[in-house]
Amino acid sequence: MYGKGLRPLSIATVAAIVASLSLVFFYAPLDADQGFIQKIFYLHVPLAIVALVGFVIGGVFAILHLRSGNSKWDAYSYVSIHMSVIFGVAVLLTGSIWAKASWGHWWVWDEPTLVSFLIVFLMYATYYPFRYAIEDRERQARYASVFAITAGAFVPLNFMAVRMAQSLVHPRTFGTANGGLPGEMMLTFLVSLVAIGLLWTTLVKFELTAKSASGQLKRLRRALDAPAPGGSSRVAPEVS
Amino acid sequence: MSTAIELRGLRRDYGERPALAGVDVSLEPGETLLVLGPNGAGKTTLLRVLATLLRPSGGEVRVFGATLPGEAWKVRGRIGLLGHDALLYRDLSGRENLRFHARLHGIERAAAEARIAALLSAVGMERRADDRVDELSAGMRQRLAICRCVLHEPDLLLLDEPDSHLDTPGRELARELIGPSEDRTRVVVTHDPERLLPEADQVLRLAVDGSAELTEAALR
Amino acid sequence: MTAGATRSATPVVPSRVAFAAILGKDLRAELRTLQSLPAMALFAVTTFVIFRFGLDRTQLSGDLASGVLWATLLFAAILGINRLFVAEREEGGFDAIRLAPIDRTALFAAKGAALLAYLVALELIVVPVFAVFFLDSAAALPPLALVLLLANLGLAATGTLISSMAVNSRARDLLTPLVLLPLAVPLSIAATGALEPLLAVGGPGYHRFGTWLAVLGLYDLIFLLVGYAVFDFLLED
Repeated sequence: MYGKGLRPLSIATVAAIVASLSLVFFYAPLDADQGFIQKIFYLHVPLAIVALVGFVIGGVFAILHLRSGNSKWDAYSYVSIHMSVIFGVAVLLTGSIWAKASWGHWWVWDEPTLVSFLIVFLMYATYYPFRYAIEDRERQARYASVFAITAGAFVPLNFMAVRMAQSLVHPRTFGTANGGLPGEMMLTFLVSLVAIGLLWTTLVKFELTAKSASGQLKRLRRALDAPAPGGSSRVAPEVS
Repeated sequence: MSTAIELRGLRRDYGERPALAGVDVSLEPGETLLVLGPNGAGKTTLLRVLATLLRPSGGEVRVFGATLPGEAWKVRGRIGLLGHDALLYRDLSGRENLRFHARLHGIERAAAEARIAALLSAVGMERRADDRVDELSAGMRQRLAICRCVLHEPDLLLLDEPDSHLDTPGRELARELIGPSEDRTRVVVTHDPERLLPEADQVLRLAVDGSAELTEAALR
Repeated sequence: MTAGATRSATPVVPSRVAFAAILGKDLRAELRTLQSLPAMALFAVTTFVIFRFGLDRTQLSGDLASGVLWATLLFAAILGINRLFVAEREEGGFDAIRLAPIDRTALFAAKGAALLAYLVALELIVVPVFAVFFLDSAAALPPLALVLLLANLGLAATGTLISSMAVNSRARDLLTPLVLLPLAVPLSIAATGALEPLLAVGGPGYHRFGTWLAVLGLYDLIFLLVGYAVFDFLLED
């Protein structure tokens, strides 16, 4: 059931990525200051936006999990956060490359968004050791949901505080000296954003499908191996 | 008059395996249910479900007419649990622990003091009541735990091997407070069925695979 | 004593009663054993000495002063936060509270209040020592106290929340600092942001003081609400 829709989604994702790459390399104009390396912006910023949205989505699933007690929401929450953390690594790497190209250093503390993102990434990276240190399965899921909600509340506060701590604000990518992003760049950016968003969604769906399949397999194996108890039949319920 | 405990097909899973796989019990007020079985059969799990500490994975649980877990708040104050943990803070004295317990159950101060004094006297702990719990022996802690269990005058007693650590005089004193009585409904887990069988109205035998077998006691 | 069947549902005990009972129990136990507070204070003062040598300074002001003071207080706080639920965990205390006919959020409030009390007590000891070690005037201390109080509130909320989960895990002493430190970053930014001008060389300055206090207040509010909303789920099962 998870697998349904995976193929059209994958196709759409590939198409969007191809479109985005074409635009980035053949359509978007070269930036006057930063040159070719500026094009990494079309990868870095969409990755960051999608990762952050993914964290928020993970928090929303966590709320649904606590309210309903249905463990499928916990699976959704876990995979959303998982994928966003992976995308987060990519954000930091591409951000570092961009920093090196633009300002000559592999890391800059002057860019508040990058710094905020680092802190958010560090926060969510603790999700795994935290989660796996709790042995009881149901309790683990509940605590993980509380973590996801707490971390979700933390994200906007963090961005605000870091922004306020900067006395010097670097040129924002959307507000360049000429005021605003030129039309071609904006189009390329939006298409890239859609492509990365679709990529995230496809990978999440893919991981959920894989998890559900392996879970079903485990259950069937256990049901077959377990000796039949007197009277009752206890075949595992289907994952729906 | 409604039943004290009504269990129908109670299931509680422990991870993937069932700790309880379909328990049916109907217990009238004032009756005693004896729970027997080997280690790992789910006896403590059953008590904890009845105590509202664990949610059932399936089936129906009703205590004094309230459905668990949704209506647990209605009956929590009427249940007294005597488990393996004494639930006593070891840096506080016995009396302070009982006072804490009384406050948590909404017993106002003057009444609580009187009741605590009476209970301590009933279990023979008056002289050691102001010593820190970690200075007391296991038997004394068990006596304090018994006081804690009945302090708020519960209608349902859930007793997990209540005689553990108690010497014979201790057991005699305890009998007054937690022994059979028409004012109290009791569920007693024990490894010593011989001694307690005469008190039982029903006997529930649990097995390691989670199955259960209920019998009316022959003697009454 | 009448038989059970004739009584109707037991009323739930009011939260302020439960809150007072749990808070009283905690403070009484801490006063009797003095497990957390002296350790936290000693840790902080020793850390000051390490900073004195690590930074090679005998006087601190402005950003260095606020950084050293806040970082030390934060790490000392974590020692106390680690121990917050230990008694409940060891003595089956969670059961005692879950068996009582109370609203379990009272536990969050009571433990948070206890932690707040420990943090305030810590600062009453440690901040004067800091002033004596590194500052040349005590003029900044009153507004500093206000900043620390607001920061303590945020730390109490998040510390109680994280600690209540970590205590039920395998690596409990490790988990609390691991998760709490990133969570405390916005709090730290705001606290040191307010403290830095207060500890400036020429005397306390109030650059953006109100703004930083507002950020602290917002942090406190958000995490008190989050804690209040989710705590019940933490005590289930």
